[in-house]
Amino acid sequence: MAKSLRIIPEKCTGCMQCELACSYVQTGMFQPSRSLIRVNIFDEQASYAPYTCFQCDEAWCMNACPVNAIHIDTDTGAKIVSDANCVGCGLCTIACPFGTIFYNPDTHKAFKCDLCGGEPGCASACPTGAIEFVESDSADWLGGWAEKVNSAYLEAIDGGKAA
Amino acid sequence: MNTGGWTGVVLRIDLTTGRIVKEPLNMEWAKTYVGGRGLAAKYLYEEMDPAADPLGPANKLIFATGPMTGTNASTSSRFTVVTKGALTGAITTSNSGGTWGPELKFAGYDLLIFEGKAPRPSFIWIYNDEVEIRDAGHLWGKTVWETDDEIREEVGVHDSVVSCIGPAGENLVRFACIVNDRHRAAGRSGVGAVMGSKNLKAVAVRGTGGVSIANSAAFMNAMWVMKKKIAEHPICGQGLAAYGTAVLVNVINESGALPTNNHLLSQLEDADNISGETLAATRLVSNKACFGCTMACGRVSHLPGEAQDKFMVTTRPHNWRIAVEGPEYENAWAMGADCGINDLDALIKANALCNELGMDPISFGATLAAAMELYEKSVIGDAQTGMPFKFGSGDALVAMAEATAYRDGFGHELAEGSKRMTAKFGHPEFFMGVRGQEFPAYDARAIQGMGLGYATSNRGACHLKSYTVAPEILGIPTKMDPAVTEGKAEITKIFQDATSTVDSTGLCIFLTFGVGLEEMQPQLAAVTGVNYTVNSLLQAGERIWNLERMWNQKAGFTGKDDTLPKRLLEEPIPEGPTKGQVNRLHEMLPEYYKLRGWTPDGVPTNERLAALGL
Repeated sequence: MAKSLRIIPEKCTGCMQCELACSYVQTGMFQPSRSLIRVNIFDEQASYAPYTCFQCDEAWCMNACPVNAIHIDTDTGAKIVSDANCVGCGLCTIACPFGTIFYNPDTHKAFKCDLCGGEPGCASACPTGAIEFVESDSADWLGGWAEKVNSAYLEAIDGGKAA
Repeated sequence: MNTGGWTGVVLRIDLTTGRIVKEPLNMEWAKTYVGGRGLAAKYLYEEMDPAADPLGPANKLIFATGPMTGTNASTSSRFTVVTKGALTGAITTSNSGGTWGPELKFAGYDLLIFEGKAPRPSFIWIYNDEVEIRDAGHLWGKTVWETDDEIREEVGVHDSVVSCIGPAGENLVRFACIVNDRHRAAGRSGVGAVMGSKNLKAVAVRGTGGVSIANSAAFMNAMWVMKKKIAEHPICGQGLAAYGTAVLVNVINESGALPTNNHLLSQLEDADNISGETLAATRLVSNKACFGCTMACGRVSHLPGEAQDKFMVTTRPHNWRIAVEGPEYENAWAMGADCGINDLDALIKANALCNELGMDPISFGATLAAAMELYEKSVIGDAQTGMPFKFGSGDALVAMAEATAYRDGFGHELAEGSKRMTAKFGHPEFFMGVRGQEFPAYDARAIQGMGLGYATSNRGACHLKSYTVAPEILGIPTKMDPAVTEGKAEITKIFQDATSTVDSTGLCIFLTFGVGLEEMQPQLAAVTGVNYTVNSLLQAGERIWNLERMWNQKAGFTGKDDTLPKRLLEEPIPEGPTKGQVNRLHEMLPEYYKLRGWTPDGVPTNERLAALGL
């Protein structure tokens, strides 16, 4: 079974260490705007949700690429952009329903999470264990969490009447 | 270009003329004063007349990051606001976290210097190289959270970060603060009033650049060593995340050092009601980190419906029904114990109002405490206050939090701070503070070293400039007896110098519960490429301390201001475990001056200044 990034938003404190670690891998600098993992801050709900590519089976980005610049790494299962082949058309960024493949204005190429070759920097950097790199048969951590947070929020603001 | 932690650029904005200049950072000063607090103090010293009116256009307002700000070192969020304090008339160095400081670095600037006064309410929008002065007429009068929302919508950049003042800053409340990221504040000495006096409502920033470091391999190694130490430390790794700073309420109360009822007492009845443990058990939603912080001491708390409606105010914080940040230890003390209040819900509500209206809860709470003493001793009555000001009144606390920010009714008197207010009503001896700034949450009669630290603090009474509570109460790094004065001059000097350096790096002073300059030095040397040693960093701190002292001398302060209120020097604590104690400042101050290389009148000698390169 392949390892995947399991994200547990309840443990996230919003410290951005994952973004710092990821951007350092990408650029050699600390530059969160180039991070491939993004922490979404929901201030009113006091919730913080790191979010990145979960290497979905459908591989929308790979299927949309007109020049076959995206392939699957056989060791990690990660979908990988080949800079040599990518022409920077951006079709993959439109095809991805999760918004986790980006266009880099500095290199004019697409870029996305490649699991750091099997040792993801974000998971190592997380101080609270909110990001784990583990064997799992499902990478869908988001749906259940969003539903739970939303119902708690509605309950808090109007006793659930709007639900 | 790799500039070693610093971006190498200063952004200077003359609000009077609208002139915006990007100038190279003085790298000699950067290396000598590190960054943040120290570097900004150097700019202020070189550029500004310290005798200027703090609320006039000649005052300058500097936002300063450090070389570590924005890196992945733990607690890399910090920036410092340096200016002449509206509350004190002294140089002030107010530190804040959140994400605003790193964002300024990512936009490409180490320092942001404001001069003059805008002809009309304005805000600044910084998007990397693009810097604009925009009209803020439609934002004037808006609360912090409204301003944050409206500016981010107006500039149309979701990830922009806002630092702004609320109504308190606009109304020149002497202890107004500058709030960034909605809940984080450069809190003390009235930096928000200075910003308000310049007609400057907000500074919004978005930066997409990065922070480079000089020696990556050495930095990454040192960074991991420190993070591991922090994670394994009982306070940094566990206590602060679980209970926040308010874990101190019970500790300090049991030590007989929690000033209560404007320092008339040193213990609060049922203090556990407002402790970090009670907050965690009853009102805490989550903890929260500033940018880069692996400790995450921030509190996000929530009030159930009945508790929200218990206290009447007309301002309806528009989203705080869900979650608000705080209260922290200092707020819980100032608005709690110092006012004799042990109602956690009143504290949460008043704290939310301070956040949203942009006001320092320490000085607000302590000023209200002095007003309560005036009321209890019949100096003022309902005719002035409009409501009973009994010690313990949560109703007065919440109502005045709002009234003070708007200068409504008696709030107009409170807005002047405790020193001016008590003098106006003929009882200056009820002012509990130094250099016009109210004390924080430790009774200097019970903790001798804190008395010396308060008396000599350049920005007025402050717990963050020499936190000798660590050795005297908590036993960090080693236990000292809080009741004795021996050794306190020496530890105070070392703590003041080391803290000056930490404040200048861009890291958080809370790190020093678990690590010291020994752990920071390898990171700082690797980030900057400067051959810093622990000794040279400690000397940088001493240089900064002396520079601030010299600035204050030019502003009119002398050694005579290095003192404490009569209550702490002559009126013994009446009951509890510290009964009978006073602060024996006279046993410490001469030794402190000597260790500093100052004259018996507290003036830095030319020899000492020369040795420090001043």
